[in-house]
Amino acid sequence: MKLAGKPFDGWSSVALVLTGGYLFMVVWPLVAVLLSSVTNAQGFSLDGFATFFSSRLYYGTLVNSLMVTICVTVLAFVIAFPLAYFMTMFRIPGNRTIQVLILASMMSPPFIGAYSWILLLGNNGIITRWLKDTAGLEAPSIYGFAGIVLVLTLQLVPLIFTYLMGAWRTLDVSLLEAAESMGVTGWRRALKVIAPLLLPTVLGGSLLVFVRAFADFGTPMLIGQGFRTIPVLIYSSFVGEVSIDRSFAAAVAVIVIAVTLGVFLLQKFIVDRRTFSMTALRPIEATRLSGWGGWLIYAYVYGFLTLALAPLLVVVVSSFRNTLYGQFVAGFSLKNYVTAQRDIWRYITNTFSIGITALILLVIVAVLVSYLTVRRKGALTGTLDTMTMVPYVVPGLIIGIALITAFSQPPLVLTGTFAVMVLALAIRRLPYAVRSTTALMYQFSPSIEEAAISLGASKSRTLVQVIIPALAPGILSGAVLSWVTIITELSTTLFLYNTSTQTLSLGIYAQVIRGQLGTAAALSTILLVLTMLSLVLLMRMPGGKEIRV
Amino acid sequence: MSYLEIRNATKQFGAGFIALNGVSVAVERGEFFTLLGPSGCGKTTLLRSIAGFNDLTSGEIALDGSNLRIVPPHQRDIGMVFQDYAVFPHLTVFDNVAFGLKPRKVPAAEIKTRVTQALEAVRLGAMAERLPAAMSGGQQQRIGLARAMVINPRLLLMDEPLSNLDAKLRIELREEIRDIQKQVDIATIYVTHDQEEALAISDRICVMNAGRIEQVGTPQQIYGNPQTRFVAEFVGTLNVFSPGPALDGMLGQLGLTAPAGATWAVRPERLDLAARGGAPDSVAVLDGTVTKYTYLGREAQVQVETPAGLIVVQLANPGISATRSTGEAVAVLVPRDAPMAFGADGVRIGG
Repeated sequence: MKLAGKPFDGWSSVALVLTGGYLFMVVWPLVAVLLSSVTNAQGFSLDGFATFFSSRLYYGTLVNSLMVTICVTVLAFVIAFPLAYFMTMFRIPGNRTIQVLILASMMSPPFIGAYSWILLLGNNGIITRWLKDTAGLEAPSIYGFAGIVLVLTLQLVPLIFTYLMGAWRTLDVSLLEAAESMGVTGWRRALKVIAPLLLPTVLGGSLLVFVRAFADFGTPMLIGQGFRTIPVLIYSSFVGEVSIDRSFAAAVAVIVIAVTLGVFLLQKFIVDRRTFSMTALRPIEATRLSGWGGWLIYAYVYGFLTLALAPLLVVVVSSFRNTLYGQFVAGFSLKNYVTAQRDIWRYITNTFSIGITALILLVIVAVLVSYLTVRRKGALTGTLDTMTMVPYVVPGLIIGIALITAFSQPPLVLTGTFAVMVLALAIRRLPYAVRSTTALMYQFSPSIEEAAISLGASKSRTLVQVIIPALAPGILSGAVLSWVTIITELSTTLFLYNTSTQTLSLGIYAQVIRGQLGTAAALSTILLVLTMLSLVLLMRMPGGKEIRV
Repeated sequence: MSYLEIRNATKQFGAGFIALNGVSVAVERGEFFTLLGPSGCGKTTLLRSIAGFNDLTSGEIALDGSNLRIVPPHQRDIGMVFQDYAVFPHLTVFDNVAFGLKPRKVPAAEIKTRVTQALEAVRLGAMAERLPAAMSGGQQQRIGLARAMVINPRLLLMDEPLSNLDAKLRIELREEIRDIQKQVDIATIYVTHDQEEALAISDRICVMNAGRIEQVGTPQQIYGNPQTRFVAEFVGTLNVFSPGPALDGMLGQLGLTAPAGATWAVRPERLDLAARGGAPDSVAVLDGTVTKYTYLGREAQVQVETPAGLIVVQLANPGISATRSTGEAVAVLVPRDAPMAFGADGVRIGG
């Protein structure tokens, strides 16, 4: 067997082992879901799909999800674009800090946002009560469609903002000056020069927003109430409050994957024909602002920042409030932390043990896969690369379902184990980790590796002594970013945990559902602190200046 | 038997592209041997197959009498210098150079002396503890050179080591490479597309084109006595005469003959200019008018429209009096030994 004309060697074995692992751990579980969606006790059957499209109760969730997702995607872009434009073109005091804070709000656990808005605008929320007490007014409800859109938009603006900032940085001033010298300025320039150059980035970022909003489970679960989205439908039909219908749940999962895959392919089709690589020799320099326009721009930037950070602040403050039967009452203390300390300690230990194991697995596989796809182009590594990207279009909830479907009966029973938690988290984050490591690997000249070999280093020695150490700064900062997303992940592990493998994010979810708002706030605060500490660490790392998400 | 012998080296990439098409060369001990040619001619492919980074489709490579193709690349004991320097970004200058000594189990004390010596040789002695990232291209390539030499390799390979450097540094470093190579006396194969560099640095040059060898010879032979039209055009510049009565007349005047269909050409610096009618008897004369005059400092190029085609004449050390203006009537002087004839296949006739 030959890989791209290279003789069979250690790397070929690595490629084979990885491919085997992927087929067994990722592809097979998804195939199992697909199979279970078209079978019932009697054999082949499309009942699952038929049921879904027969009742408004079911297909309505797809409509709901699409409505939410499209609104969020459009709104996130409409809000993020001016934000990125202002931050690039004008001098905003505290620019660097603002960027770090926006990043922090993006990396904070998604469902904490939803939970925090319950604290603010929920039935017993701070603003709700204040409006009622002072003015006798009914506050707008956070529950339902509008609430979900608000929470998800605030959560996802930072994501597309980060993308746009990256793209602005590659835009050379001379392009703008060239347009100006030909008499194209102002809005015409923005439309004819800037917009087409940013289009691939906008579409790429929007795809990510779309996929995240479409697959988000925590937010609609916490504040959707009567308004059910498709992930909520999958969840409830899979855990089955009334009856468990796995074939139906699998059918819905297949529909969700089909939608995400369709959007992904559409985006790829549009972007592939318009991609160009640019590096700015002279990046755009920010100009000073003055007058009313300046104040409006400041108001926009700081206003968004406040709105994005408010939920986090509310959670932290709430965690110190007194509670009675899970509800907040007057006065401040550390009681929320003290009474739940045994649970808290268990969640933290699990978060670290599961998270770090998953991270190590993730980094090792990402380094090997990216090396193979960059240096050993061939049929096998091409397949490996494609398989790695599969979880990218598969929502976390469905990864969980797939692992249960495949590994809940002998010969291999993994449900409820430490291993399945690790596996699920690693699989979920692999596409992102592989992509960022691959980008690093492409920048790494192949001749550095050849130099090591010509100097007498074997292949394994070259990997351990040259490739990994040379890429270490980039790999490490990527790992910290993966770490943050691992500890804040909820939906992937939702079906897989038991009390001995419950992590912080799963703990928060469980406590909110149980109505233990105080404990949930305390846990959220701990998770936020952990996230922020990781981000601070990332900022201080040599490879952490350029954040890729 | 030569030190390095390559016989019938053939390399095919994929289904269609043949990078090397039956190449045979021999390199002697201590020789500075250059592979010269345009991009895509196969020179880098040949170099990389000697290093072992890509294997030949067929053919033999023998170093010091033993088959090299069966030896894995990391055991070939061949030093290599790369176009993009390929310094290890995470190691200091010292550790970069010491890298190859560790797998060779050289004692620590000896590593220290050998690395220090190598760094002195490339004039980087004072920078041993620095990281290469902030260093200039020239300095990084010096690290690459020291690192490849310090292992006392059986062969030193250099893949366009100077092409990423600016013109002045390129000349400076090529002199250093030449001096160091003569000192350490390691057979070296050097790849370049820069003909001037090849002429300046080599003991022998192998000119390649489209996967084949055009000519192997000393710099003097390659430049002064090119055996194919490709070599003559690639190494230096060439005026090609248009066939016709004017060319036939000139050849007759010089007493030169060649088979019908041959192409006649001449190097610009072998020609001279005179006022019309003022030519000595030993040379042929082509009357023409100046169409362009380009002053280049140590030389000037005069483009002359003649009945035998557009001819460029190169004048050395042009003073003010040598300036020609467009439209001026001149005579191009062609010495008897200057014209070269090439057959339809591009091979030199009677060279």
